[in-house]
Amino acid sequence: MSARLLLAAASLLAIALPSSAQDIAITHATVALGDGSAPIEGATVVVRGGRVVSAGAGVAVPAGMRAVDGTGMWVTPGLFASITNLGLSDVDAVDESSDVSADGSPFSAALDVSPVINSAAQDIAISRAGGITRASVTPEAGSEIFAGQGALINLGLGRTPVTDPRAFQLVELGERGAQLSGGSRTSAHAMLRNALIEASSFAAAAQLTGIPASRDLQTPGDLTTDPRVAGRGVRETDVMLTRFDAAALVPVVSGQQKLYVRVQRASDILAALELTEIFPDLDLVLVGATEGWMVADAIAAAGVPVIAAALNDLPESFERLAATQSNIGRMVDAGVTVGIGGYESSGDHPRSLPQMAGNLVAVARMPGAAGLTEGTGTLAAGAPGDVVLWDGDPLELSSAPVRVFIEGVEQPLDNHQTRLRDRYRSLDESTLPRGMVR
Amino acid sequence: MRRLTFARSAAVIALAGALAACSTTRTSSGPASVSAGAPAEDPYPSTYERYPGVPTALVGATVFDGAGGRIENGTVLFADGAVVAIGGPSLPIPASYTRIDGTGKFVTPGVIDIHSHLGDYPTPSVAAHSDGNEATSPTTPEVWAEHSVWPQDPGFSRALVNGGVTTLQILPGSANLMGGRSVTLRNVPSRTVQGMKFPGAPYSLKMACGENPKRVYGGRNQLPSTRMGNFAVNRQTWIDAQIYAADETPTRNLANETLTDVLAGDIMVQNHCYRADEMALVLDMADEFGYHVTAFHHAVEAYKIADLLREHDVCSAVWADWYGFKMEAYDAIPENAALIHNAGACVVIHSDDQNGIQRLNQEAAKAQADGRRIGIDIPDEQVISWFTLNAARAMGIDEQTGSLATGKMADVVLWNGDPLSIYSRPEMVWLDGALMYDANDPARRPVSDFELGQPGEGDTK
Repeated sequence: MSARLLLAAASLLAIALPSSAQDIAITHATVALGDGSAPIEGATVVVRGGRVVSAGAGVAVPAGMRAVDGTGMWVTPGLFASITNLGLSDVDAVDESSDVSADGSPFSAALDVSPVINSAAQDIAISRAGGITRASVTPEAGSEIFAGQGALINLGLGRTPVTDPRAFQLVELGERGAQLSGGSRTSAHAMLRNALIEASSFAAAAQLTGIPASRDLQTPGDLTTDPRVAGRGVRETDVMLTRFDAAALVPVVSGQQKLYVRVQRASDILAALELTEIFPDLDLVLVGATEGWMVADAIAAAGVPVIAAALNDLPESFERLAATQSNIGRMVDAGVTVGIGGYESSGDHPRSLPQMAGNLVAVARMPGAAGLTEGTGTLAAGAPGDVVLWDGDPLELSSAPVRVFIEGVEQPLDNHQTRLRDRYRSLDESTLPRGMVR
Repeated sequence: MRRLTFARSAAVIALAGALAACSTTRTSSGPASVSAGAPAEDPYPSTYERYPGVPTALVGATVFDGAGGRIENGTVLFADGAVVAIGGPSLPIPASYTRIDGTGKFVTPGVIDIHSHLGDYPTPSVAAHSDGNEATSPTTPEVWAEHSVWPQDPGFSRALVNGGVTTLQILPGSANLMGGRSVTLRNVPSRTVQGMKFPGAPYSLKMACGENPKRVYGGRNQLPSTRMGNFAVNRQTWIDAQIYAADETPTRNLANETLTDVLAGDIMVQNHCYRADEMALVLDMADEFGYHVTAFHHAVEAYKIADLLREHDVCSAVWADWYGFKMEAYDAIPENAALIHNAGACVVIHSDDQNGIQRLNQEAAKAQADGRRIGIDIPDEQVISWFTLNAARAMGIDEQTGSLATGKMADVVLWNGDPLSIYSRPEMVWLDGALMYDANDPARRPVSDFELGQPGEGDTK
């Protein structure tokens, strides 16, 4: 499943250890390391200084460390939700609350979610209560094929959510890309090629002297804003991209920033993979890839990871005719690194990630189908202390997180929903209205 | 050789009679055909016929009967389209019956979805297929969902093979306050919608309150643009329907024919409504005009007024945990179903979604677990009724299907494990005793016309 993908994500993290991290051991639990190995019964997980020190059977609890009895419970790494809108909107259908897309903006690739993610959004609190500890957050394309730059976040309460700003650029190259670029995939591909060439030119344009790097241009993370975006030099006049958009694509064309390409149809996937023939440094990730199973060998040969929805099995559009819940399993069988991601319908929510994964295990048991047996994330020594204690098999419908730790810090699990639940557990208003019950 | 199913049981006959009566309620004098202003009886009649089956005995499985019963090591017998008997391991099995070993497996009634748009919003979801909302007037009780249903929607087959869905109600959308008539379908591949229509099932009127109608019409600067506008339009429409109903010789009017039958209690009401306060107002409106709301759909705030819903005998058709996607869903909580059930009101788990319909059992299981965590323990056998018998009741077909009882339609799912577990899937599904899905037999897997010759044809989905 997303084991290898998450490893990649975790390795990017320059983890600043939180001051309030607790040292804690969970004992006698069933532990899923998340590396694809079988769950270990009667195991212990030790977290110290915000990191996992050890996890497995026969692990001793260090002297003096607080121990939690996990008898009858399960422990997993924190879950990683890919391709979410967490922190970008309060209510999807309330436009004024949503920063997911900007179809009226003059910018596209330059759009960057990292300064606008709201860590106090209910969706983040609800996801946290569901055991999600980290996520990728993406803008959606509004006016051009480039949606802009997504970030990786940590769902821990009360902290700056963004751990990796500008972790990737997202581009639409399927039906949506065709629509956004004027009505045809031909235009989407021309737009993409032109944009990457303009970005290359921008990178090479020495006359575009920028103002000296200043504090204003410094943002956290490993990709700093190109100082030339604030420069005074004149670019060639034959350009389509704004200066900001061109600058934003420089790290894409140079391979410093991942390019997430959303495509669904098998032929579109192959066309996306061929982009590296022209732009060899692209660090591609396929997003969507509903028909990925049909060209899984080519994806595997290209070494390109995939983030796919788990349960699409309907021909929702002509680019998804071959949709099947076996898609991810077949790609994994072909050697593709795949993560579950993408929450498309009203009912999809990051906290349903275990249900999605569990369904793929169920699929594996059906004749002629392919599914999964692996878990997510990893609890290897040195990994961030993102640990979830569940009241049962985490993939099972009856289970839920009991305690959630992010970098060793225990997280509150309450939110708007739990407060409503508690208020309306009884409807008795014989002494006071429910509106005064808190 | 296929045989007609109409005479399968006395209950079906009785209901068919009741339905025939209902469409002539307004013109009670003489047969409908002699009254120039009278609607034709059942003008688009069901042509559904059950497919052949063999007398079958499911043995050794855990049986949930859909009506709150649970039998370990159970026996389910069906033949000639109907359930013959259910019982324990000692139930005698006639020699002629084909035995299927269900050891370690589970049996439930066929799953029923009370809220689907399959066929009227089919996949592929292209504009040319958008046939679910006649969004040209805030009230369109004159439209019938069956006239939009595309029987080749691939979604029907997914609902069958992954969800065990044997019966589903197709509703018009919620753009309008009164969206039109529903149609209840057998989930069987058919060349025509008539070939799917559930024989004798009553119609429902789809209604909607809240954001959608006022957004659609307010956006065009016309009535209704507010919630009070929603009510004003509804009330005036009911007043006009009452006048029509009182007219001895009306000029035929399709809209009022539907509304008149609602007022007469012959057409049920399925009311899309999220917020508690709006549901309470709708209940008063129903009292004002003398109709009964059968179920509130998407009732994400039903938990706030579960007592009121119990008193009014209204079902809540809900998701397990859809949340926050629109303003009126902001107070949705995952304990909703359990709190409604705990208050003694009726819970139905619905989908409103071509994907969710494949997992109604999973949604029910989540809702059950969310209840358990706040101290509301609902036994598995009662939770099963949330997507079987309770749905059938709220669709007026509980005399025919929804539970495994002698004489009822043999709509049966054999699951390869506990249907309330994530790891389980339907293994075999029977409609009227005919095996329509077998996970181990690719020949028992529907493939719609649309999928033939296309990538993924006949694949496991």
